[in-house]
Amino acid sequence: METMQIEKTSRKGIVLFSEYVAGSAIRKAVKIGREEVLFELRDSKLKGRGGAGFPTSTKWMITAAASAPKKYIVCNADEGEPGTFKDRVLMMEHPEIVFDGMVIAGYTIGAKTGILYLRGEYYYMLEFLENHLSGMREKNLLGKNIIAKEGFDFDIQIRLGSGAYVCGEETALIESLEGHRGEPRNRPPYPVNTGFMGCPTVVNNVETLASVPHIIMKSGKWFSEYGTDKSTGSKLFSVSGDCENPGVYELPWGMTITEVLDIVGAKNTKAVQVGGASGICLSHAQFNRKLSYEDASTGGSIIVFNESRDILHILQNFMEFFVEESCGQCTPCRIGNVKLLEGVKKLRNGNYTFAEIRNLRELGQTMQVASKCGLGQSSPNAFLSILDNFSAEVFQYTSSDKHNGVNNE
Amino acid sequence: MNSKTESRAPVSQQALRVQQPFDSSQIGAMVTIEINEKKMQVPLGTTILEACAQNQVQIPTLCHHKDLCTAGVCRICVVEVDSMKTLQAACAFPITQQIKIKTSTEKVRKARRHIIDLLLSEHYGECYTCVRNKNCELRSLASEYGVDGFTFGHPEKRKHDIDKSSFSVMRDMDKCVLCRRCVRTCIDLQEVGVLEAVGRGDQTHITTFMGKPLSEVICINCGQCVNRCPTGALYTNDPSDDIWRAIDDKKKHVVIQTAPSPRAAICEEFGMAAGTSLTGELNTALRRIGFDRVFDTNFAADLTIMEEGTELLNRLKSVVVDKDTSVKLPQFTSCSPGWVKFIEHFYPEYLDHLSTAKSPQQMFGAVTKTFYAQEYNINPEDIVTVAVMPCSAKKFECNRPEMDSSGFKDVDYGLTTRELAKMIKEGGIFLPEMPKSGFDDPFGEASGAGLIFGATGGVMEAALRTAYELVTGREVPFEKLRIEACRGFEGIKQASVKLKNCVPDYTFLEGVDLKFIVAHGTANARQVMEMLKAGELNDVHFIEIMACPGGCLGGGGQPIPTSPEIRKKRAEAIYAEDESMTIRKSHENPRIKYIYEKFLTDGPCGHKSHKLLHTHYTKRGNFIV
Ligand SMILES: Cc1cc2nc3c(=O)[nH]c(=O)nc-3n(C[C@H](O)[C@H](O)[C@H](O)COP(=O)(O)O)c2cc1C
Ligand code: SF4
Ligand code: SF4
Ligand code: SF4
Ligand code: SF4
Ligand code: FES
Repeated sequence: METMQIEKTSRKGIVLFSEYVAGSAIRKAVKIGREEVLFELRDSKLKGRGGAGFPTSTKWMITAAASAPKKYIVCNADEGEPGTFKDRVLMMEHPEIVFDGMVIAGYTIGAKTGILYLRGEYYYMLEFLENHLSGMREKNLLGKNIIAKEGFDFDIQIRLGSGAYVCGEETALIESLEGHRGEPRNRPPYPVNTGFMGCPTVVNNVETLASVPHIIMKSGKWFSEYGTDKSTGSKLFSVSGDCENPGVYELPWGMTITEVLDIVGAKNTKAVQVGGASGICLSHAQFNRKLSYEDASTGGSIIVFNESRDILHILQNFMEFFVEESCGQCTPCRIGNVKLLEGVKKLRNGNYTFAEIRNLRELGQTMQVASKCGLGQSSPNAFLSILDNFSAEVFQYTSSDKHNGVNNE
Repeated sequence: MNSKTESRAPVSQQALRVQQPFDSSQIGAMVTIEINEKKMQVPLGTTILEACAQNQVQIPTLCHHKDLCTAGVCRICVVEVDSMKTLQAACAFPITQQIKIKTSTEKVRKARRHIIDLLLSEHYGECYTCVRNKNCELRSLASEYGVDGFTFGHPEKRKHDIDKSSFSVMRDMDKCVLCRRCVRTCIDLQEVGVLEAVGRGDQTHITTFMGKPLSEVICINCGQCVNRCPTGALYTNDPSDDIWRAIDDKKKHVVIQTAPSPRAAICEEFGMAAGTSLTGELNTALRRIGFDRVFDTNFAADLTIMEEGTELLNRLKSVVVDKDTSVKLPQFTSCSPGWVKFIEHFYPEYLDHLSTAKSPQQMFGAVTKTFYAQEYNINPEDIVTVAVMPCSAKKFECNRPEMDSSGFKDVDYGLTTRELAKMIKEGGIFLPEMPKSGFDDPFGEASGAGLIFGATGGVMEAALRTAYELVTGREVPFEKLRIEACRGFEGIKQASVKLKNCVPDYTFLEGVDLKFIVAHGTANARQVMEMLKAGELNDVHFIEIMACPGGCLGGGGQPIPTSPEIRKKRAEAIYAEDESMTIRKSHENPRIKYIYEKFLTDGPCGHKSHKLLHTHYTKRGNFIV
């Protein structure tokens, strides 16, 4: 295997890219004790960075309270959402905060095993991450009696995914870890009750876990002062598309789209897709919306499109993605996405009726509420928001345009 | 004894119970909920679907089946739960806190319609040419939930060829709605694991190992998947056209034998509630549609008991008296062809334990084309034997190459209950209104022992009624000959009877505790085999195994739907008929005595019966042949 040259950039940022001494938060956590860790987390109002935005302290508390012989902490590094690459940056540049976060989670909930579920395409990081783990074992930050604390045993394994987007969904991820087809489970019960091998399991995004050591070192209150009331702290945004400086930015929650567009040097922007393929597409009129859980929510992906882009073409790409990436288990998602895609193609060659599109819009709403997991529930978002926000462009073709060379493929 | 209860299906397809720090059912913890604004209390952990059913609220289902673990994939059962943003699948949602449920709001109704519309948009097939026309869950859903057009289109072309390779089960995947009931049936109930969902997204489909035809994979032909498929995607290989042709051919002498389970269940095909045997009515109907003779399979079941029971006593003698180590105990029953194929594939090293006696169906064919042909002076070449069976594996069985001991194909056609009902309807007959009539000689008389073969434990009970009496000279010591230890639907039953004061021929069995096991469903069979492998069954003498849950009455050719309640009703019908019979023990059947006097003159397990009534098996292992 070729070894990658790892580029060490020294990013600066308010939380995640701020100073941190490896291992220090583990020591402090053990010193202040489990309950204090949970209190700090509660005060920080940290919410899950994987997309769903569930309060992290609640998740940990439920698992910590469960009486079970075994518990697990899983770090979700499947990062499959189109346009997201911030977990990769975190793991390559700051593995210490990610892994320290896992150790602290293990300590707090009483798990002895942590599993990093690494996206298959990231296999090239494996060696680097394994080396880091070995280093931690040498420093007694992993293994038995961690930092000489009697009975504090915890170790981390890395498992590779095999390239299915849906395996980022936490219950599908657990199925995949157990060796089954990556298909989401029925919920409830949630993984905090019945997770990996039937044991209480915390599944957290890489960035969520990476926030924890900083919160422990600098207090929950400090963290909660960044961002908005409901979206505290900072967020890593992966910005891509039509802008001068695409990349990963650490910004406080609550900035408007316009502000972000300025920072990344985007010009003539027509549309911004917030939240990846499963997110929503905003037009100019909505660029004053705030990036936050309560307004324009995103797991990190921001894709910028300028005036030269064909909005229906973009939508077709997204729908093709879902038709392929649906696990195929439940009816609304498996067939619904196919129908939405057919609808987009019809819009593109003008061969549609308004009744048809109205039916598809209603179908999209059904998919949002009736699908089994978040994939199907969010897959119509792009379709519905583009219909709402770009109606003039969406309905520009009529059947007479059918042969006007509009690309249907 | 522990029966199999745990599911082997992937957890994504199960509704897991939330782990409770205590067993809530023990302390009877109740939760107050509201369904459509009506308050009620339900036990903690009840699913919304169960709670609704208990309170007369109908929820449509498609992927849910009472015999299977919950999948939660079709989403037709969605309901609104307050405090939750999305709709919840009623079948997969365990109630653990006070919730308010609404079951038919606009959002719910719309979602259900959309789901049916979507399924129809991928469903190639026309109801009027479909085996499941009038008994299809998809079709019912469409009519009951307001679908009045193909909102999202309808396919005009086939995507898949129908797999007609198997003797027993046909697969038309253009009618599949991907409910995965067949997958769960095959892996959970039967532990065979032929079928699996493969591919992702719009490529998802149900298929076999490497997409091979069903005849080229390890399928035991039990048809349990067919019984649980909600649509016409799975069905059995129907020989009725060939049978009609034989009936129409004046040269052919077409005889039909009916097994007890179809008789106890065919009423369901004519709109009656489960649990009425229509034996006499069926006899008349069969004559009216043109069968030349109507025989009772139970006669052959009695014959099976004589042969299999004698074989057991012989084995016991070889082991106890002659210390012959080549003779194997426990002896397994061999009348369920699904089970026979199962052991041939999965435990070929234990085939010596399997009774060599043929199943009643095959014994019948063999004596019909020999003894009957002789007695009545009919050219066996002109005889066509049809067997009405509850079973799809019987179709495979009668096509086994070794089943030709009469010099001809012993049984020409295996016809299922469902297929026979269709023939009767085509014959213009409404079965429940037929006058009753009896069976034809010489195989018209049977005992109640042969009859109860239809229920799990029946073969054991019948064998015990005969063997005990042969050995001790006395009737089995149970009220009304009911051997309760053999009855009921527990997955694996184990019991014993003490043999005391034996008659002179069997003094070697004096004081022996005759131990037996009864299991049904091949998942339970697998468990029994694993126990045998582990050496836990060395002191057991006789084991009855039926491939299908409930025994033959739950066979893969029986009326659809099936459920634990329906199977219980069928069993009740069978046991009631047994008690109405004057002859209750196989060895007392005068026709049995007659055939051993006149034809099988060297007695049970004698030379002649060995040629006609016994068979051999194939060590298949992972191979198909
Ligand atoms: C289709 C789908 C894909 C997902 N992919 C990811 C992913 O790649 N990474 C991730 O952290 N969470 C992903 N999630 C969210 C997870 O299910 C889960 O909510 C998250 O890992 C919980 O961690 P958090 O609370 O720290 O956000 C995905 C969800 C869905 C429905
Ligand atoms: S919503 Fe899509 S990805 Fe999720 S379970 Fe259903 S089919 Fe699978
Ligand atoms: S499977 Fe059902 S809906 Fe489909 S053609 Fe047959 S009867 Fe009609
Ligand atoms: S017939 Fe039985 S073994 Fe064959 S696929 Fe169906 S359930 Fe499985
Ligand atoms: S074949 Fe029948 S049981 Fe199996 S998934 Fe398809 S519709 Fe369901
Ligand atoms: S019946 Fe509940 S999801 Fe299918």
